[in-house]
Amino acid sequence: MNWVWFHRFGSPPYFYSVAGRIVPWLAWPAALLMVAGLYGGLVLAPPDYQQSDAARIMYVHVPAAYVGLMAYVVMAVAAAIGLVWRLKVSHAVAAACAPIGASFTAVCLVTGMLWGQPMWGTWWAWDPRLVSMLVLLFFFLGYLGLRGAIDDTARADRASAVLAVVGVVNVPIVHFSVIWWNSLHQGPSLLRKGGPAMPASMWVPLVLMIFGFTFYFYAVMLMRARAEVMRRERGGQWVREVLNATGDKP
Amino acid sequence: MSSYWAMSGYAAYVWPSVGLTVALLVANVLWARQLAREARAEARRRIASQDAS
Repeated sequence: MNWVWFHRFGSPPYFYSVAGRIVPWLAWPAALLMVAGLYGGLVLAPPDYQQSDAARIMYVHVPAAYVGLMAYVVMAVAAAIGLVWRLKVSHAVAAACAPIGASFTAVCLVTGMLWGQPMWGTWWAWDPRLVSMLVLLFFFLGYLGLRGAIDDTARADRASAVLAVVGVVNVPIVHFSVIWWNSLHQGPSLLRKGGPAMPASMWVPLVLMIFGFTFYFYAVMLMRARAEVMRRERGGQWVREVLNATGDKP
Repeated sequence: MSSYWAMSGYAAYVWPSVGLTVALLVANVLWARQLAREARAEARRRIASQDAS
């Protein structure tokens, strides 16, 4: 197996250039999928037989939760690769995941509250799913706080990477919290034995939204990672060449 | 049409959820672009100071 293609991503100029070319190919499918998913979910899908139109919160709440969890896994994997192989690009990718993951996790919690109040009669409950999602937010904020507190980038990379890797144990806890414990939160209704617990008119828009959010996450993450790589390499010759070649273009 | 926007009485929960999420999507793109602008500006300053010395 030839791993040279993979190793080249450890080179900042190669990463900067390839990531820049990939972003539009992620951004446009993301926009189209999200427009289709929102239309399907908010307009075409029928109201839920128990929750009526309040169930439409699902079309933003579930993808936001998904991106929060995915951002954490990508961050932890990139941090671990950065720790083991000392790849700066990998640490830049990990650092790019955290603010996106934190903001999506926060929005997941708030949209969950807006769903919980009419359906459960409470904005918040000390419930396994809700608490483990809150812990996920705290891991993101702890990661960002730790990076912010250490001036030396290489030391900040290593310290925050250890935190990111440790916190990954929380991800399966979030996922299985509704199965392991008696939770107020509903169980998996999409990927479950016997197929989705809803008709196609309801689950297809949800799947479109999840794919749209996934493309969106990788697009924004690569935008941030490129900026982070350039910030770290600002004295380098390749940065000079890139800036000369692009002029004032983004 | 107005009955659509009423969301069977759940408008106060559905629309803020959708609005917040759309704001999140827009804000993350603007935030990333801002970072890219800052990184380029800082690199230009660094290059200018290298060339000056």
